[in-house]
Amino acid sequence: MALISKTERHNDRDEKVSANKLHATQYIVVLVLAVLAAGMWRLQILGVDSYRVLAEANRVRKEPVRAPRGKIFDREGRILVDNYPSVSCYLLREQSKDLNADIPLIARGLDLPVDQIQSTLRRYASSPKYVSIPLKQDITQDEQAFIEAHRNELPELETFDEQRRLYPRDGFAAHLIGYVGEVSEEDLNSSKFDFYQPGDVVGKSGVEETYDEVLRGTDGSRDVIVDSHGKEVGQLGQQLAIPGKDLRLTIDLDVQRAAELAMEGHNGALVAMDPHTGEILAMVSRPAFDPNQFSVRLTKDYWSQIVNDPDHPMMNKAIQAQDAPGSTFKIIMSLAGLEEGVAQDMRVMCNGGGTFYGRFFACDKHHGMVDIEHGIEWSCDTFYYTLAEKLGIDTIAKYATEVGLSQKTGIDLPDEAAGTMPSTAWKLKTQHEKWYAGETISVGIGQGSVQVTPLQLARALSGIASGGVLKRPHVVFPDELPPEMSSAIVQSFPGSGDRVIPITPENWETITDAMAAVTVTGTASAVHLEGIDFAGKTGTAQLVNHSIGGNNLLTGNARANAWFVGMAPRRNPDIVVAVLAEHGGWGAEAAAPLAAQVINAFVTKQRQREGNILRLTNASKPAASPAPSPNGIPTASANPAIRPGAANTPAVNRP
Amino acid sequence: MYRFSSFRDFDWMLLTLVSLMSILSVLEIKSATLHTRFRGFDHKQIGFLLVGVLLMFLISRIDYHRLVDIAPWAYGIGLLLLVAVRLVGTKVMGGRRWINLGGGIHFQPSEWVKLVLILVMARFFWGLAGRQPGWMDIAKVFALIGVPMGLVLIQPDLGTALTYFPILVAGLFLGGIRVRQVIVLLLGFLLLIGGAWMSGKRLKPYQMARLTSFIDPGSDPHGAGYQILQSKIAVGSGGLWGKGTNQGTQTQGDFLPIPYTDFIFAAFCEEHGFVGGVGVLLLYFLILMRLIENAQQASDMPGAFLVMGVVAVLLFQIVVNIGMVVGLMPVTGIPLPLMSYGGSSILFTFLALGIVMNVRMRRFVN
Repeated sequence: MALISKTERHNDRDEKVSANKLHATQYIVVLVLAVLAAGMWRLQILGVDSYRVLAEANRVRKEPVRAPRGKIFDREGRILVDNYPSVSCYLLREQSKDLNADIPLIARGLDLPVDQIQSTLRRYASSPKYVSIPLKQDITQDEQAFIEAHRNELPELETFDEQRRLYPRDGFAAHLIGYVGEVSEEDLNSSKFDFYQPGDVVGKSGVEETYDEVLRGTDGSRDVIVDSHGKEVGQLGQQLAIPGKDLRLTIDLDVQRAAELAMEGHNGALVAMDPHTGEILAMVSRPAFDPNQFSVRLTKDYWSQIVNDPDHPMMNKAIQAQDAPGSTFKIIMSLAGLEEGVAQDMRVMCNGGGTFYGRFFACDKHHGMVDIEHGIEWSCDTFYYTLAEKLGIDTIAKYATEVGLSQKTGIDLPDEAAGTMPSTAWKLKTQHEKWYAGETISVGIGQGSVQVTPLQLARALSGIASGGVLKRPHVVFPDELPPEMSSAIVQSFPGSGDRVIPITPENWETITDAMAAVTVTGTASAVHLEGIDFAGKTGTAQLVNHSIGGNNLLTGNARANAWFVGMAPRRNPDIVVAVLAEHGGWGAEAAAPLAAQVINAFVTKQRQREGNILRLTNASKPAASPAPSPNGIPTASANPAIRPGAANTPAVNRP
Repeated sequence: MYRFSSFRDFDWMLLTLVSLMSILSVLEIKSATLHTRFRGFDHKQIGFLLVGVLLMFLISRIDYHRLVDIAPWAYGIGLLLLVAVRLVGTKVMGGRRWINLGGGIHFQPSEWVKLVLILVMARFFWGLAGRQPGWMDIAKVFALIGVPMGLVLIQPDLGTALTYFPILVAGLFLGGIRVRQVIVLLLGFLLLIGGAWMSGKRLKPYQMARLTSFIDPGSDPHGAGYQILQSKIAVGSGGLWGKGTNQGTQTQGDFLPIPYTDFIFAAFCEEHGFVGGVGVLLLYFLILMRLIENAQQASDMPGAFLVMGVVAVLLFQIVVNIGMVVGLMPVTGIPLPLMSYGGSSILFTFLALGIVMNVRMRRFVN
């Protein structure tokens, strides 16, 4: 500020700016504006004809270049979801003077309802004219021929090659994988979809939805110069599409295949997980839907068929079905009883039921004198009625909550259900009523208000059978994701996560030994797997209250749900399987065989692998003669991992 | 000390001309954003204009001598803000030019510094008290303008930095620089330009591309040359009478770059032709003449300097912007005053006009 000297204000009168100079600036203004006017004259009067021609020829079109979505593989790199090239029809608004007049012809040629085209046009009314409107995806040869034949009448129609989703057929792993579709108008209005444009394809359920950010990639575009007929004559510039990233799931295609086969003809769900890591090995929900129908524009018929199906094909029952667990809940009852020191020395005389709080509660058999081991093995209701009475509802709820019931497991799939575990506090909160001690009795056999999802049950058993180590179930290896994504995923699924609960080793052994007896001499002895340390627990959850505990399972939609949770081996298992066969009747008959099939497939594969590795190690020693493999090498063992449970080890690195 | 001034002395004629210009601006912004996601910018522009008129009345109430008195303080704050924008500024399109004030309001210090520099020039030459500037004075003037100019250049914002230059030129011209001094300065300037051209390091790649594409438009078909070409096609194809409102194929078809800000005059010429374009030039002519008239009637030297500083900046922006649109000048990113969309530009223009009003309202003082 030192540069500006202090002003002195007296003799202002003399300090006037020279009038000549101000006058001169007027000439400068006139001169300068005249030059500008001359420039305009040159363009607008002298050059008008040539510039009009240029303006006429100046038709640049922005063509979308869709980024192919990432492919989805199983844990061993076998493809689950691929892309296929297809042709889509787009509408270019700048090509036509009166689009409305053309709509009936377009509708006929492309087999689209007139009102659908009109609503699509309305949706794009506010977007710039150069943006192409996707009219119909995956068009047929006939429709392509129609567009070619009407180039002159309908220059506004254009076809572009795009990559579309190719899902496994017949709804294989459909609920797990999910499907993609055009982003809906409601979605576009929510902040989650701020960066999406109308016409964008997004994941709508399953892995496709959860990992949309990874899979989707970034669309590109081309600025194309076209002549007045819309024919491409050159390219001004382009923005390359960045393909989406591939995703490897924790699913084992062989186990998934066994699970799909097992669930054939049943309604319900099956989920298999690796208790060591929480990796989901297989997930099936039935009935299934065909995601391929969703990836292209959905037909009304198929949609109404799906929506009106009483068996809810769109529901992923492995994580969304909330049903009474029936006798599978006795595992958790046993844990509570043993840890509380109540069940160890308890002996109960079963005469086909017992009377509690003035009401008779039935058991399906006369089991005679029952202790905890036989209570699990024979699934004696009378024993657990008595145990429930002794423990009280809040103690039961404490243990059930510890192993993850009534809370989301935090699996990386959308819309997981939390289930219900009743307690005095729960009843006061939800029904504003106090808990009646009599209600505790039926909770003892997993009836009453207890509701679990198959995944919750699988996780609870995983935790108990692993000595109290509970893992967050997941279908994508977290450390294979971009770092910022993997932490976001963990935060957006604030389930119970990984945790360790203290379990006394003897109690753990008691429960798992008794569960092993279930498949040998107990309720599920019919599904005994020779040579496999297969343990489990059946459940038959009656849906109509008056029949609880009895032998009448009813029929149709009132028929009891069949449950089974199984594992192999009995302690620190490599696999836990939970099966829900809706309205299947007895758990031992309808659910246990399905779980046994999956566990058998898993263990067989595991052993073949170990055999292969043994053979390979022998072969690498020059002195030893190669041991002939008793089993043929399955195709899947081209890139064998040592053990399916081996966490996050890329299968391709194996010798 | 000074005679009471009333709004009777307000330049209603000038306000009428400016309002006419503003109406044309709003209508053309509406037309140019009709099919884009910037639809509705015409309403926002009306908002800026109303705030601008309000500020214009407010600043005309404060005696301009007081404004000149606080110029050193304003200059210091302006420099601090220009430094601050380097540190906390929001990065938009490769430049740090704005300070985010929250609530969607962005403050662009470089626009306000323009106003401050006009005040500083008036103060400096007033301080010379009619004496012709010596070499030392010229060096001081260059330093006063050069420091903020350098700070804006490194943002980088070549366009706004250039608008400080006419303030310097006007100051030296009216301050009585000698012809000999002008010749020496011009020679030095040419030498500097030549040196910069040789090294080529002073300009950012995109600025370099703009300059080279001006010399050879075919070199970058989709870059700056493309913009000038599209602009010339828009203006040229407008012809004598234009294609009509909302009918410009260049404007509506998204060929013309940013047709609501820097290239608004091209959009206007396409839709309203040579007749409309010359009409706008005529309006500018009347406004500038009216401003110069106000300078002639100013009661003292700082008043005349203030008005002529405003004239210099407005004329420079008009020439550079329209020159660019009709292909006579390179793309510099300077908005067209009173026409282009944008809050900072509108508010600067109206504050500058407010100072002119201020000077006019006190023309009979002393």
